[in-house]
Amino acid sequence: MNALKRPDISAWFIHLFLGLFALCCLLPMVLTFMVSISDETSIIKHGYRLVPERFSLEAYRTLYDSGAMLLRSYGVTVFVTAVGSVLAVLITAMAAYPLANPSVKYRGALSLYFFITMLFNGGLVPWYIMCKKLGLTDNLLALIVPGLMFNAFNMFLVRNFMESLPSALRESAYMDGANDMRIAFRIYLPLCVPVLATVLLFYALAYWNDWFNAIMLVDNKNLFPLQYVLFKIRSNIEMLNMLPPGGNQVQYTPPAESAKMATVIVTIGPIVFLYPYLQRYFVKGLIVGSVKG
Amino acid sequence: MPKRNAGFPAGFLRELSKNRFSYLLAVPAVLYVFIFSYATYPYLLIAFQRFNYTKGLLHSEWVGFDNFRFFFKSTDALLITLNTIKLNLLFLVFGTLFAVALAVLLNEVRHRLFQKLTQTTMIFPNFLSWIIVSYMMYGLFSTDFGLINQAISFFGGEPVNWYAKAEAWPWILVGMKVWKEAGMGSIIYLAAITGIDQVLYESAEIDGATRWQKIRSITLPLLAPTAAILTLLNLGKIFYGDFGMIYAIIGDNGVLYPTTDVIDTYVFRALRQIGDPSNAAAVGLFQSIVGLLLVFAANWITRRTFREGALY
Repeated sequence: MNALKRPDISAWFIHLFLGLFALCCLLPMVLTFMVSISDETSIIKHGYRLVPERFSLEAYRTLYDSGAMLLRSYGVTVFVTAVGSVLAVLITAMAAYPLANPSVKYRGALSLYFFITMLFNGGLVPWYIMCKKLGLTDNLLALIVPGLMFNAFNMFLVRNFMESLPSALRESAYMDGANDMRIAFRIYLPLCVPVLATVLLFYALAYWNDWFNAIMLVDNKNLFPLQYVLFKIRSNIEMLNMLPPGGNQVQYTPPAESAKMATVIVTIGPIVFLYPYLQRYFVKGLIVGSVKG
Repeated sequence: MPKRNAGFPAGFLRELSKNRFSYLLAVPAVLYVFIFSYATYPYLLIAFQRFNYTKGLLHSEWVGFDNFRFFFKSTDALLITLNTIKLNLLFLVFGTLFAVALAVLLNEVRHRLFQKLTQTTMIFPNFLSWIIVSYMMYGLFSTDFGLINQAISFFGGEPVNWYAKAEAWPWILVGMKVWKEAGMGSIIYLAAITGIDQVLYESAEIDGATRWQKIRSITLPLLAPTAAILTLLNLGKIFYGDFGMIYAIIGDNGVLYPTTDVIDTYVFRALRQIGDPSNAAAVGLFQSIVGLLLVFAANWITRRTFREGALY
């Protein structure tokens, strides 16, 4: 009743704090976008501005014109993301099925087999030598296969979902003479679409944002994914700054400030576009995973 | 009737053939994990060798503990170990504080649209790669063009060359970590708050409790187990630096190494830039072993304190 009488100051503070935090989360993104549509000379004169003095789409035109390299990287990233995440979901879902099937006697041992790798990994060097030995260097497979194609956490997420389905489904299918392969693909996978969508997004985002495989295993410029191109642009600029002035060892003109930021915007474009789905499924997956992990 | 529990080979094979299709389904994942985890473990041994890629594991020269001696005698050993632990502790403390605070405050918002809007915005940075984040940071911290230096100049201060100021970076990194991950982290806590029995709040209201009193005496105590479990589990990972973050932001900027170089970036440079796989493997093995012990310790404490929350 006193809520009606005096203004609720603490509520104002709560809204203010949350609003400010949310703004802070958005600000760097907005700044990046604004710089990308700024006129280059006004950046040089005034620095990055949230509201540029003069607008210009020059940066995007430059990207479009000289964009053979960028377009190639875009292709590499899209291909790797599409193929990688579909394969990953398939492998993950298939492995989850026996773990959720109580008539499989060794499912505990199987779980343990996967779980151990979550606790102990040999580290970077053994992994690297293995990839080299398998010939996973300087090809598209090097960007798809190592590290990203299977994640035990995601598998346990799918397993938990499968365990929540009624076991009568499997038993009646057995009765009709179906084998586990058929049951998994015809009955379980279609019913698991919600959790598989979540897991697909987990994998797809990991592939889209990955540059670790590239920096470890790929030296061929034609195979650089988008994120790694951005990384390279930055480290080339840093190298340029470290050289003594007047040195003529390197013939490299760094891209204009606006063009750099335009590349960033182009790279996160699909994420922004898919964001409504991403956040819904991520939140769902995170809560399911935390309740019973 | 055959005996139910026939001996090892017979019973084992019978089970495999009975559920052959189930086991077949797991084969791709089992093979994948075998190749990229179990089969790589023998290569840990190169930490005791002077490894040569062409000679391979079997024919490279064995050197005992030389690589370890080399690492632990260098000044780097202490520096990168302490940096890794210090940065991870800072991330953990501030990450948890902000995640809990955001969840508690979001829960207090009665305006559905405002809640949805702020929450959705906070989660967004989580979906960006650290490379992208490093560019956005450049927009803020750049010496010539950055917003922060513009603000400093505006108030009459001297612009700061942030990318040469090592002592500022642990805090900048903490800020970025909170910025990127606290929104996502708050979701678990918000879910935990939603699970709290509403009767508690209603009876507190009848007794005339204020908003702050309800938060302090109901919400926070009931969130404590969740926070403690998550913190303990993360303590187990304290020996693993966030390579994706540190290397994307710091890169090869040696000026910032004294405060930001962690074990993982050090191993990476030893392997890919200096090209000394054995030395890198020695540091990696040291990390894996201490890391594993920490996971066990953290889980042991978690199990003793909260039966439900343990990892295994």
